[in-house]
Amino acid sequence: MTMNTSKSGNDGNGEMNEATMTGGAPGGSARLRARNITIGYDTRIISDGLTVDIPDGKFTVIVGPNACGKSTLLRALSRLLSPSSGEVLLDGKAIASYPAKQVARTLGLLPQSSIAPDGIRVADLVARGRFPHQKLIRQWTAEDETAVVEAMAATGVSELSARLVDELSGGQRQRVWMAMLLAQQTELMLLDEPTTYLDIAYQVDLLELCSELNRNSGRTLVAVLHDLNHAFRYADHIIAMRSGNIVAQGNPSEIVSAEMVREVFGLPCRIIDDPETGTPLVIPLARRADAARFISH
Amino acid sequence: MSVPEKRRDATASRRSRIDFGRPLLILRLPGLARREGSLTVVRGAVSMRIDIRGVLVVAVLIAAAFAAAVAELGTGELHLPFGTVVQAVFGGATEFDRTIVNQWRAPRVVLAVVLGALLGISGAIFQSLTRNPLGSPDIIGFNTGAYTGALVVLLLLDGMSTSYYPTAVGALVGGILTALLVYLLAFKRGVQGFRLIIVGIAISAVLSAVNTWLILKADLQEAMSAAVWGAGTLNNKEWAHAQPVLIVAVVMVIPVFWVAYRMPMLDMGDDSAAALGIRVERTRLAMIVVGVSLTAIATAAAGPISFVALAAPQLAKRLTRSAGVTITASAAMGAVLLVVSDWIAQFAFGDKNLPVGVVTVSIGGLYLVWLLAMEARRQ
Repeated sequence: MTMNTSKSGNDGNGEMNEATMTGGAPGGSARLRARNITIGYDTRIISDGLTVDIPDGKFTVIVGPNACGKSTLLRALSRLLSPSSGEVLLDGKAIASYPAKQVARTLGLLPQSSIAPDGIRVADLVARGRFPHQKLIRQWTAEDETAVVEAMAATGVSELSARLVDELSGGQRQRVWMAMLLAQQTELMLLDEPTTYLDIAYQVDLLELCSELNRNSGRTLVAVLHDLNHAFRYADHIIAMRSGNIVAQGNPSEIVSAEMVREVFGLPCRIIDDPETGTPLVIPLARRADAARFISH
Repeated sequence: MSVPEKRRDATASRRSRIDFGRPLLILRLPGLARREGSLTVVRGAVSMRIDIRGVLVVAVLIAAAFAAAVAELGTGELHLPFGTVVQAVFGGATEFDRTIVNQWRAPRVVLAVVLGALLGISGAIFQSLTRNPLGSPDIIGFNTGAYTGALVVLLLLDGMSTSYYPTAVGALVGGILTALLVYLLAFKRGVQGFRLIIVGIAISAVLSAVNTWLILKADLQEAMSAAVWGAGTLNNKEWAHAQPVLIVAVVMVIPVFWVAYRMPMLDMGDDSAAALGIRVERTRLAMIVVGVSLTAIATAAAGPISFVALAAPQLAKRLTRSAGVTITASAAMGAVLLVVSDWIAQFAFGDKNLPVGVVTVSIGGLYLVWLLAMEARRQ
């Protein structure tokens, strides 16, 4: 999958980065921030007093063990969950204070649970990503059409446009949802476990796509991922969480160590350089005594 | 934008560059827009992506409803030919024919068309809301509750037992209270469709028992009229009965549009809809209020006519091959179903004038068996 087919691929690269760099946050700009937020469901608090900046123009990946609150944080950042205290800021203003459609033109989300309506075709689904740009009497402008064409090209689903979404494979379907997110044309894109249920080839495909989107158009991406090696390979910025708190954050090559992985996941491991990319690669330690003996021979 | 592209853009309509897998008409029209404080004509201010199949299906259904309505206006003890009926409607024909068509038969036929459309819309809203083809107002307990309300008026409040409006108000109150109860019991951090259906079925069962008990306690004459009301009937309807329905139906047009615009987004799941700029809980509450109101009007006017709301959206969807259920096609299909059912109820069984609800239940029962068989085969 390549971005060469996309017209939007190469424009806006430098200028968007420059534009967003003027945000003026200490240590790099951040259009999206959480300030001292307490989040949870009903009475169960997941995170208490969390503060985080999402660096502009970077591919940020949130990692952590199950139930550490990473998806909850993503939901809060995408205003799907409102914090019981503190606030999420978008361009310096509380995200809840914007009209819903205006936020949707700036910030897009690929949720974990999306439903393809019964009998919907690919192009129709992708076109629904244009909703925040449309009005009652202005439902299909030339810009809408261009955005959908480009989104399908960038995700490699142009050939599938007339197909029923129900008939696609899991990997194809996830790309269609990605296309819908792209058609939304937001500068910030949040992805909640986008690779779950995909086989390994599709996982890599999707992460390559995300990485290209970030590099070629300067979009800010935030993804929750389970696979640490994928996270460390593709992310510019890692946010590691445990029990609702941020344990470490920064560039993977700077913050990843065997101690950090043990602290976050409770997993004894070695870290080596990925022979392909030089990024940190987590090798869990063998726990069976005979396995260690096998290596020493 | 290059010059040739601009020129192409100026044409009012053209084909899409995208293969949507179905024929579409792209409309781009100039319109008025505010530019620098004054209204000016702007190119492409109005734009639409029109699904041709959907439009054709709706047109055919409306034509079918119209044809069935004219047929019903002409049928009866005195048979009137098509031409005479149309003349009478537009003020021609003899005074006698006009009285028969416009005063005796028209209220019933107009009610069948309008109530059918209202039930179709209500069904589409509930099926979208519950994301389930079984999620119609009849299934989630509304009709049973309306029947309870009507029974209370018919049987327990003496002196007004046979009049039209008290029964209608009783049904309205009963139905809305039931819907409210189901909503509150199903509420947990917002309302999920499946819980709505399960709670609705449970409440329905309880209220059915109450209804049976009420009827068993009543004397024979009252029980008979209660049973006729409970089946849902358009017999003996006059303009006085149709007027409030027509007024409310017109008032509901704008809320229905509001819902129809957002419904396709909500079909993609709560999170996707919210991410695209829909306020999910607010929209869902609006859908419930609109859906319940439409059913409430229909039930108050004619009793609980079952299965139109259940069947119309799915039948329409199979004809239009739309993604998810759609409101316009469901409305047109509902109108066709109810007019045809009412014609069958009146004339198909000799001089036995059945309540229309009996016919819709029979047709609906067959439809339900077919739907379940189709679903079972698909899985």
